[in-house]
Amino acid sequence: MKTLPDTAIERLRRAANAPQLSGTRYRLLEKLGEGGMAGVFRVQDTALNRELALKVISVGDAAGELALRLLQEAHVIAKLEHPGIVPVHDAGTLADGRVFYTMKLVQGQSLDQCAEGGLPERLRLFHKICDTVSFAHSRGVLHRDLKPQNIMVGAFGEVLVMDWGLSKLLGGSERPAECEQTAGGEARPVTAHGSVLGTPGYMSPEQARGDVTALDHRADIYSLGAVLRFLLANVRAVPRAVSAIIGKAMKVDPAQRYGSVEELSRDLAHYLDGLPVSAYPESPLRRLWRWAGKNRVWILLVLAYLLMRAALILWRTR
Amino acid sequence: MRDDTNMGGANAFPLTRRSLIEATRSPQPEERRRALNTLIAVYWKPVYKYIRLRWGKDNEEGKDLTQEFFSRLLEKDFLGSYDARRAKLRTFLRVCIDRFLANEQKAGRRLKRGRDIQFLPLEFEAADGELKQIEIPAPGQMDEFFEREWARSVFALSLERLREDLEKNEKQTHFQLLQLYDVEDGGRELTYEQVAQRFELKSSDVTNYLAYARREFRRTVLEQLREMTASEEEFQGEARSLLGSKVELKGREE
Repeated sequence: MKTLPDTAIERLRRAANAPQLSGTRYRLLEKLGEGGMAGVFRVQDTALNRELALKVISVGDAAGELALRLLQEAHVIAKLEHPGIVPVHDAGTLADGRVFYTMKLVQGQSLDQCAEGGLPERLRLFHKICDTVSFAHSRGVLHRDLKPQNIMVGAFGEVLVMDWGLSKLLGGSERPAECEQTAGGEARPVTAHGSVLGTPGYMSPEQARGDVTALDHRADIYSLGAVLRFLLANVRAVPRAVSAIIGKAMKVDPAQRYGSVEELSRDLAHYLDGLPVSAYPESPLRRLWRWAGKNRVWILLVLAYLLMRAALILWRTR
Repeated sequence: MRDDTNMGGANAFPLTRRSLIEATRSPQPEERRRALNTLIAVYWKPVYKYIRLRWGKDNEEGKDLTQEFFSRLLEKDFLGSYDARRAKLRTFLRVCIDRFLANEQKAGRRLKRGRDIQFLPLEFEAADGELKQIEIPAPGQMDEFFEREWARSVFALSLERLREDLEKNEKQTHFQLLQLYDVEDGGRELTYEQVAQRFELKSSDVTNYLAYARREFRRTVLEQLREMTASEEEFQGEARSLLGSKVELKGREE
């Protein structure tokens, strides 16, 4: 048997791993990333002459469970028509028997690579993430793996929540889709069969315990809190009210967290508008101080007016 | 009865779906022999190269120690203590090799070649030749080295098995195309038209034949991995190791 050089091993590895697109409208361009269960490839849609991302099972299991999960993931995303969620275009089975789906190819950077700007910009960006997650919850879908690597920020400021591979239908049967796809296309920690799903540091305590049946939308709220904490990690002085928002979202007891993503969003919006936030009860003095901070232009104008009047009165009485 | 095990034979693979490790402990001599053949076919080269490089042995010592290692592995039922949930088989084997070599050195024994295992001398010469083409790994990179050699072994055996299968089905051209594009250096510089001319095919046939051969190669590799793994989880992990993200491979090209 002839010795296989290293270059041949790499070519064989690619040949064995690349999706077989013969008989489809897609042409393989390059590999974007590989996760635990699936790979993501950049392909050319020859019928419409556009580039797409194709996600395909890396290695199917004997029972066909992974294939089913990838298809279910495609169905979940298809159900979530929202500007913050990448649209799915097609799904099916390739000649090599592997299940795939195609979706819009997103150009941009994942949040972990582009967390920058001032506090208000970051909070507005986070607000968009909340909008998307809130929409998914309204459609009965939990994300279960919210983290900066799964959030993509496009060139025009659009924010996309990616990787719905671990998503779960609220009120439905357990569907731990373990297929991997990250915004950056890179691999992420593997979630093996029947084991804990999610990413340490971002998953809620109940999720980390593997208490899958008890999970509800508050698990995503915890993860959103962790994402916000990450987003503000290099902000010099995070205001106490914002820290309190993060703290409330990340409470160990789900009952003490925000009741919904809307509530979390509302608190953030209130903070941005200089209004009181539910997570941060204020003393009357602090409330007065915040009110003064919010209305300082008016206060300065009134003070200036009063000073002028006083000066005028003084001048007249001389 | 003595069960001779022929190292390096590629056509001795069992088609059973039973776990390889379980089968090596089977009470049925035939099943046990076939399982051992598979285990040895995949691992003897990585073991031999590891002994040579990690333990600084020459070719003759390397041969003796490799044979002795596999003999002991079988005699002492080292595999009995293997637990797939705790480590990959490769990692386990590597620990066994290190223990075995350390004990041998301590005892200062001279090994006698061959006992239950017959080696093909030419295969050892090939393995020795392969070593000359490999960049010597740093001491801290022996894990990666063993992993890489395992990948080389699995791919080489899969190719051999695929060649036999395709020849049996009169699809030699399919295999030759795979060989040209994915094994030989420089094959990809040829256009499909040039290849079609060389093989007296239509261009579209080149695409189809190549796609078929690649698909079959993938199937063969996965089938081989299934034979070597005990559970779905282990299989998935091994498949990821082999086909998934790129493992940095350093070495001279042929």
